[in-house]
Amino acid sequence: MATDTLNPAGVTSTETNTTPFVGERRKVASHINQNEGLIFEKSSPGKKAYRLSPLDVPAVDAKALLGDLAREDVGMLPEVSEIEIIRHFTRLSTWNYAIDLGMYPLGSCTMKYNPRVNELVARLPGIAEAHPYQPESLSQGAMRVMWLLQNCLKEITGMDAITLQPAAGAHGEFTGILLVRAYHESKGNPRKKILIPDSAHGTNPATAAICGYQVQNLKSNSEGMVDLAELEKLVDEETAALMLTNPSTIGVFESEIHKIADVLHAKGALLYMDGANMNALVGKTRPGDFGVDVMHLNLHKTFSTPHGGGGPGSGPVSCKKILEPFLPTPVIVEKADGTLTFNYDRPQSVGRVRMFYGNYGMFVRALAYILANGPDGLRQTTEDAVLNANYIRKNLEDLYELPYKTATLHEVVFSDRRQARNGVKTGDIAKRLIDYGFHPYTVSFPMIVPGALMIEPTESESKEELDLFIDAMRQIAREADENPAIILSAPNATRVSRMDEVGAARKPVLRWKPDAAVAPASTENSALEPATAAKEY
Amino acid sequence: MAYPASYRYTREHEWIKVEGDQGTVGITDYAQNSLGDIVFVDAPKVGATVEAGKVFGSVESVKAVSDLYSPVSGTVTAVNEELNAAPEKINSAAHDSWIIKVKLSKPAEVDALLNAADYEKFTSEETGH
Repeated sequence: MATDTLNPAGVTSTETNTTPFVGERRKVASHINQNEGLIFEKSSPGKKAYRLSPLDVPAVDAKALLGDLAREDVGMLPEVSEIEIIRHFTRLSTWNYAIDLGMYPLGSCTMKYNPRVNELVARLPGIAEAHPYQPESLSQGAMRVMWLLQNCLKEITGMDAITLQPAAGAHGEFTGILLVRAYHESKGNPRKKILIPDSAHGTNPATAAICGYQVQNLKSNSEGMVDLAELEKLVDEETAALMLTNPSTIGVFESEIHKIADVLHAKGALLYMDGANMNALVGKTRPGDFGVDVMHLNLHKTFSTPHGGGGPGSGPVSCKKILEPFLPTPVIVEKADGTLTFNYDRPQSVGRVRMFYGNYGMFVRALAYILANGPDGLRQTTEDAVLNANYIRKNLEDLYELPYKTATLHEVVFSDRRQARNGVKTGDIAKRLIDYGFHPYTVSFPMIVPGALMIEPTESESKEELDLFIDAMRQIAREADENPAIILSAPNATRVSRMDEVGAARKPVLRWKPDAAVAPASTENSALEPATAAKEY
Repeated sequence: MAYPASYRYTREHEWIKVEGDQGTVGITDYAQNSLGDIVFVDAPKVGATVEAGKVFGSVESVKAVSDLYSPVSGTVTAVNEELNAAPEKINSAAHDSWIIKVKLSKPAEVDALLNAADYEKFTSEETGH
């Protein structure tokens, strides 16, 4: 057999003479993948990607105008031709993995497909070219988009009021807890602590701390849910709120959520819901109906706007009437004549949390998604997301340990307990999954599951893609039994093999320096030498 | 890994060795194993006060940042500077790599901590999921 790209080192078992099991890659094959250096390394003095027209206005002496403030040189900017720029970034893009290339099962992140209709609508000239400084009279259409989206999101969450300003999930949390604080302050006591379950996203305790609260940890029960008796012990008159993710990070719906709300409300505390997993509830149940006072949504998760590097994100916060006076300023209101206006006269507001009105382009996409699906379509996406996650659970639970047997919704969390006996941990399995052509799942989270494999397929995946994923995971489980070495060295089929994560953390190299041997020869314009440039940076 | 019988342990996986009113504090082998490769230890300064059950610092591994909880109340008398340059010492010898030394203000608190046998039982239950 020729050298297998999956097993380049020719890893064989030392205990037997038979060839150890190496899985068959059904989704990917090796293909040409060009090398690419940094664009700074391509720089050559004088190269240009453009040519300016001759100066046809009087020249201005910057030095005379600005004195010492005029900059002598522009620092290091790479000097390359247009086609070099195009090739550089196009090559880099081929190293990437994206939802448009395949399944992206990062648990908790909800990497669903970004429908093209969203992009079509967002590029309509009247929308794409609108400017936030246009007068309101000329912005009625743009404002109507926000108004409609607000109404849809209020309806979906069962809430009374909303702000679209926050720029992402953690920003939404921050805004939501500011509302909680302002509410308690208006009653004379901001209170001291916020309760957070041990299964929470790390952003929850960070949010509470940034808002000046002490964090009190709430242990999960054996089903991975909030322990109601424990909650009752901890809630007191100094408890500002409980921050709860529902369904939780192990994909389990808090079936006693209404009782949780009652326990909090009895002591004057509020219930904040982290809406990161709202894609498991849309069209099925509404947080406002089960006692939630304030929550954020992630438009870049639940409502299909781009996620990660393609963002930006958007984290609207919806709330009950009692919190409405504190919403960030401005809020949109409808006047008697049916036109829309921004209301800045909000004396109890926590203030502005984002320039203009938030990430408007995401509002357009989210609204397009909501209207294209309609109520029944949204309900269907929720059902499909839950079905897909449970299909994976059912097809892998004989090989991977399922720490919580509770019924799961949109994602499933396994542990690496069985594979760990052979030294194969969740991070190793994730890296091996890359060899099979899939983006890894979320590793080592949530913290309540040691060695977690957190898998969220979303509704976007077809049965065929899910079957390929399941097949890859099953082959990896067999490799873990019969040939752990090949997993421990993974990824083997990628252009860069396993990174030294520990070395990178312990001895980080934070600044690029040109390799002396390949640095271009010195030129008259020393300002453009890479060595000078590195200092600039 | 054997847990030294002369140490006492917390449910948050710190150990303490008490000699008179001096306590030496570190994290257990179980803790370093579940954290993975440790890359940074954030310890308080000498003279800082610590409180039993409260956070006194953190350890950062490739996976996560985890809080350190003090087993006892008291004043920090020494900090193991060696860990600044070589945090990996905790991975190779957790029970010999102390993080802080504390002058105990309430020595009776030690009685409430787990002994080696109970701690080992506790960790086996925790992995039981």
